[in-house]
Amino acid sequence: MHHEVGLCPAMTDLLTPADWAALWITLRLALLTTLLLLGLGLPLAWWLARGRGPLRVGVEAVVALPLVLPPTVLGFYLLLALGPQGFPGAWWEALGLPRLVFSFPGLVLASLVYSLPFVVQPLTTAFRGLDDGVLDAASALGAGPLDRFRSIVLPQSRAGILAAAVLGFAHTVGEFGVVLMIGGNIPGETQVLSIAIYDQVESLAYGRAHMLSGLLLAGSLLLLLLVYGSRARKEARL
Amino acid sequence: MRLRLSCRVTWPAFELACEADWPLQGVTALFGESGSGKTTLLRVIAGLHRDPRTRLSFGEECWQDGRRFRPVDQRGLGWVSQQGDLFPHLSVRGNLDFAFQRRRGRKGPETYSVIHSLGLEDLLDRLPAQLSGGQRQRVALGRALLAAPKLLLLDEPLASLDAAGKAELLPALERLRLEADCPVLYVSHSPDEVARLADRLVLLEQGRILGEGETVPMLCRLDLPLAEREDAEALLEATVTGSLPGEGLSELALPGGTLWVTQTALTPGSHVRVRLLARDISLALQEPRECSILNRLPAVIREIGEAKRGQVTLRLDCAGQQVLSRITERSRRELGLAPGMRVVALVKGVAVLA
Repeated sequence: MHHEVGLCPAMTDLLTPADWAALWITLRLALLTTLLLLGLGLPLAWWLARGRGPLRVGVEAVVALPLVLPPTVLGFYLLLALGPQGFPGAWWEALGLPRLVFSFPGLVLASLVYSLPFVVQPLTTAFRGLDDGVLDAASALGAGPLDRFRSIVLPQSRAGILAAAVLGFAHTVGEFGVVLMIGGNIPGETQVLSIAIYDQVESLAYGRAHMLSGLLLAGSLLLLLLVYGSRARKEARL
Repeated sequence: MRLRLSCRVTWPAFELACEADWPLQGVTALFGESGSGKTTLLRVIAGLHRDPRTRLSFGEECWQDGRRFRPVDQRGLGWVSQQGDLFPHLSVRGNLDFAFQRRRGRKGPETYSVIHSLGLEDLLDRLPAQLSGGQRQRVALGRALLAAPKLLLLDEPLASLDAAGKAELLPALERLRLEADCPVLYVSHSPDEVARLADRLVLLEQGRILGEGETVPMLCRLDLPLAEREDAEALLEATVTGSLPGEGLSELALPGGTLWVTQTALTPGSHVRVRLLARDISLALQEPRECSILNRLPAVIREIGEAKRGQVTLRLDCAGQQVLSRITERSRRELGLAPGMRVVALVKGVAVLA
């Protein structure tokens, strides 16, 4: 198979319809997960960074769990919870909603859990670094809480928000264990890039594995360049 | 406009307990050493420190009482802190506009007039990180004025500045005293600033209000720690009557006499405040003959403070204006000085404020 390794022919010739499907599912999953996590992560991170109360430390620890647990452990528990015998899986099915395990919605849910810390932690760091004096000045000068969030907090946390989005996206793209446990490996429905690559390597289709791997490598590098580039620009401005 | 306040803020090593009913007019200074609770008091008044035991009203408006709490952003404040706290992501113009856009219909100065009066024209496109300390504080003051505040709160606006920065901001603050449309609360630990800027003085020590009143008489009260300071001082109002440019002197008229000062740029006819440090004033029982001290004011001893470290402070009446004198206890005893006696105050130094 060594003769298939080159990158010369057009990509369309090299990617099979199954590859395209895997690429599309991966992008959709990562985008959706990132958007949902930003919506969830902004208020959660604000509370973790600036809130009070005994609950805060516990929540912070739970949010960080996916950082230390093997993805298979997470996937195993999610499989049990979301399955037809689990909680809340049983309720979910009793309500007549579509099945969560081995489906795209289930993948999204699992990715939300798995990538949560990668979005929440950069946001929390950004929010903790905000200057209290500046926020006090904004309130004293007539800016209410939402106004402050929009006009002071968000613009000053731009780098943190970008880092959160990129990390959440990239991490969801790179997810393997959880996806395999929850999604199975159904081409066209739950087969994402990382699993497709695994399959190709298993079946010794190194050329196709190269294509997809190279694509991921280049895409990830591009994303990271974006993040570090914007940070460098910000530092240059100051 | 009256501000009524009752608060008790308790921290592990500190308690602030204040009852106040201030007729806010002009500039009221909250004056005390660091750790006296003056900044905490200002934050309580702003609503930035919320303690359930605080009761606070401003004019007819209840700002805090039990469960009622008017949020900081709805109190109509202007705010300048020690560091200025400009919004780092906005240009100078963006910072000014931020306050202007949140006036909620209150009438106040136009942006261009504030830019002009504080000399901000050349700074408008700069980011806060590109400003010097003095420039930053000028912008912060302009931003606070553009909020068209009902109450302007200044938390040691000069404290973080070097001498050049202070010289840049002080004139603006002095003008503020004369021109501001709203009452000003000014936190400071510097007697010099207070003498220059404050109409009224609230003296704080260890979380308690020791005394309050108009600045001029407050400075001369022997029962307050101000008069015990090394730099204890008195303020007098004077009129410039003329100058002798050839000799480098100007003449100031007081109700009780004249003072010569080594400044010639003063406009005849203008009113000035002069500051006399207690340690610069010696006493004689009779007008000395053949003496190098030009400035000699007849005065009557009103009060003599307690002797401390061999020194005493005396409060003198100089034709209706009060002056402090610090001399050694030994001199006091040898001259037999006592309240009611007529003396001559020999003034070794005069500072003209504005």
